Amino acid sequence: MSQLLWNGLFVGSFYALVALGYSMVYGIIKLLNFAHGDIYMLGAFAGFGLLTMAGAMATSASFLALFVVLLVAMLATGTSGLILERVAYRPLRGAPRLSVLITAVGASFALEYGMRLVAGPNPQVYPIRLEGTTVHVLGARVTLQQLALVAIAILLMIGLQWLIMGTGTGRAMRAISQDPKASLYMGINVNSVIARTFFIGSALAGAAGVMAGAYYGKIDFLMGFLIGLKAFTAAVIGGIGNIKGAMLGGLVLGMLETFGTAWLGGEWRDVFAFGFLILFLTLRPTGLLGERVTERV
Amino acid sequence: MFWNRKKAPTTAGTARAGVLNRLLGDRRLGWIGFAVALLAPFVSATNYSLSVMTSAALFVMLAVGLNIVVGYCGLLDLGYAAFFAIGAYASGILATTYGWSLLATVPVVLVAAVLAGIIIGGPTLRLRSDYLAIVTLGFGEIIRITANNLDVTGGPSGIYGIPGLDLFGLDLSDPVAFYYAVVVIVALAVVGAARLGRSRMGRAWRFIREDEDAAEAMGIHTYKLKLAAYIAGAVWGGLAGILFGAQLTAISPQSFTFLWSALILMAVVLGGMGSTPGVVLGAIFVSLLPELLRDAADYRFFVFGVLLIVVMIFRPQGLWPSTASERAPDRRPDPAEKEEAWQAQ
Repeated sequence: MSQLLWNGLFVGSFYALVALGYSMVYGIIKLLNFAHGDIYMLGAFAGFGLLTMAGAMATSASFLALFVVLLVAMLATGTSGLILERVAYRPLRGAPRLSVLITAVGASFALEYGMRLVAGPNPQVYPIRLEGTTVHVLGARVTLQQLALVAIAILLMIGLQWLIMGTGTGRAMRAISQDPKASLYMGINVNSVIARTFFIGSALAGAAGVMAGAYYGKIDFLMGFLIGLKAFTAAVIGGIGNIKGAMLGGLVLGMLETFGTAWLGGEWRDVFAFGFLILFLTLRPTGLLGERVTERV
Repeated sequence: MFWNRKKAPTTAGTARAGVLNRLLGDRRLGWIGFAVALLAPFVSATNYSLSVMTSAALFVMLAVGLNIVVGYCGLLDLGYAAFFAIGAYASGILATTYGWSLLATVPVVLVAAVLAGIIIGGPTLRLRSDYLAIVTLGFGEIIRITANNLDVTGGPSGIYGIPGLDLFGLDLSDPVAFYYAVVVIVALAVVGAARLGRSRMGRAWRFIREDEDAAEAMGIHTYKLKLAAYIAGAVWGGLAGILFGAQLTAISPQSFTFLWSALILMAVVLGGMGSTPGVVLGAIFVSLLPELLRDAADYRFFVFGVLLIVVMIFRPQGLWPSTASERAPDRRPDPAEKEEAWQAQ
């Protein structure tokens, strides 16, 4: 039981990291960024490239190296998020919703198969693998590496919370999510704040990508597809557009999945998660922490 | 300017487009296309080319079906392959395990497709349209994984030995005969979808696409009509699934991945959402492209992705736009309208 809880928490913290970017972008410009899962994939590959370049040095001081790689990969994915926003989404701001959604699908496709061109269709094996000492906490088997990854995820989330609630950029983001036009009149550079939002969200997804690569050991160009869907599910469960909701949703989804797997068997895990998404949208479309929003005409 | 909008096209451009549209909007065009499809086997009738052409025709049917949902009604369905899979599996199971003829499975497939449409569309069509996109994406995965896990669907290896098509004792399993049967059925499907688009319901669908709130205010029951569009799309997909099973005689979960849904969407978007001739040509283009560009197979999907973005930014109406548009296409939106677009988002 406590093993299941721990596993759920562990998987859930990954989902939460990716869901945050989804939810932030959605909260501010009401855009479903389908390519967000592929940014996660990009992060895993950026980390892979860096670690391969670093070579033997990395294996000797694996945890410190991983930390540096994590930061560089976050910069890289953040920048690619910026480029994506500038090239694909900004020209379509104010365009019909359908066009924007289709553009997002195109962006996701281009990233996936662009990476396939670069890295090849076969899965790559991560140069370092985090397997470590096991400790027993309340009857659950927990590795130190898992603990460290969860700690990094929690630190990142605390940092984000501070950024949004305690800095000028964060205040500008919250203002834009309430009323973009009024924010513009108040002297906020809306385009630049949106770009920064993309940077932050993409960097978080990239961090999750590196961590997943280092933990599971295998990456491929389609790895972002499923997690993108899962992250969206997590964001919806928590209440899309709501930062705390995304964290909560990630954890809830992680728990649901581990318990669902234990109950139904591993091959039904994804069916269970998406079935739950549909059920949730039927019963409580605003999510656990979301407020009811009425569409204005 | 707050938003970087595209410039409105010049008058010369629209005048040219007007002539072109009248030329392309001609009714005889459909007959010409039908004749080309019928004459194609006289050019090349090897088994290989027949199978490529049959696949292209099937792809046309799928694209036309998706066009009802995406093009007419403006609902983004990213799991269209699921309905295709439901049709193929329902008829495949009945035909192999219970020995039904494929024609007899049609009513069952219809019921299954409609039910699936109601199950997915029912709850999600009440919500914002973006939710539909991602829920259908999840639904596509659910169907594929379920087919992969169940015993009755043959698990990962799928179903094989699906009999060929026979209509009232007339055996159509020969490649040429099957091709002609498919062309006739697909032509009927195309005409049916186009008629649906021009009907009273089709007008309501386009109204919903353009402005859902205004449509609701004008007394259109938007939820019912969106569900109708979704179910119609499901029916087209399910019927195409029967033909797909008959063509390949074997189906497996790998045939129904997200890639399929994305390619069908690609055909619809590229050709021109809501435009029947555009979508038909788009489907033929997308399905024949890999045959023409064998060497560039690796680049294909990457190019498709980039193309989707480019089309949406520079030519959102597609290569062959719909002529039935109620709204003047070249109007420059005024600031108030932009604000609405913001708030409606």
